[in-house]
Amino acid sequence: MTVRVQEAPFDFGAEAAAFAAAQSSMGAVVTFSGIVRDTDAGLSAMEIEHYPGMTEAQLDRFVAEAVERFSLGDALVIHRHGRLAPREMIMMVATAAPHRADAFAGAEYLMDYLKSRAPFWKREITADGSAAWVAAKDTDEDALARW
Amino acid sequence: MIDVVYFAWVRERIGLPKERVETSAKTVADLVAELKAREDRYAVAFEDTSALRVAVDQELADFDASLEGVREVAFFPPMTGG
Repeated sequence: MTVRVQEAPFDFGAEAAAFAAAQSSMGAVVTFSGIVRDTDAGLSAMEIEHYPGMTEAQLDRFVAEAVERFSLGDALVIHRHGRLAPREMIMMVATAAPHRADAFAGAEYLMDYLKSRAPFWKREITADGSAAWVAAKDTDEDALARW
Repeated sequence: MIDVVYFAWVRERIGLPKERVETSAKTVADLVAELKAREDRYAVAFEDTSALRVAVDQELADFDASLEGVREVAFFPPMTGG
């Protein structure tokens, strides 16, 4: 189980390959990555603030819960903070399980909790320099109800 | 003494990320009431607590949570990770 909260970029391909290569008896690996959108609206950067200490503790907890609940063989969460440019990767999760259903479900579970219960806050900076905090979506909060 | 920590727009409205507060508040809600009475910037930040979340010693909590033995309280908007 691995949780990393970092400012530096990460290499999604290398991380996914290393995660998959480390699995000896798992038949399924699922990965997800979140990327700063490059839209016509002219987003120039995304700034991500977090709560050092609580962030890592929450992510560790969600990973442990996902492993237990979906019998995962392994799980990985990497989440960045600081200033990110459009198209940069914000975060990734990877899950490994004997079969795909649990690997997919474990990844979705991690994403749902990470969205609404991990103390990160995103702020979008537009090309003209104005900034706005990203509002939490009701649909993200509602998504937790299925678990 | 309790460390009070603010994030995102709560931090911006109050104008600082962290402060030590001398308080006899028994619950988070009591602490909010004390802070709101201090200055307008607190009153503005805590105007609608339904739009806020709270963590007590880095665990998510409710506004009626006890402050007994607590070292750190954090206020912030709903989280937007992922």
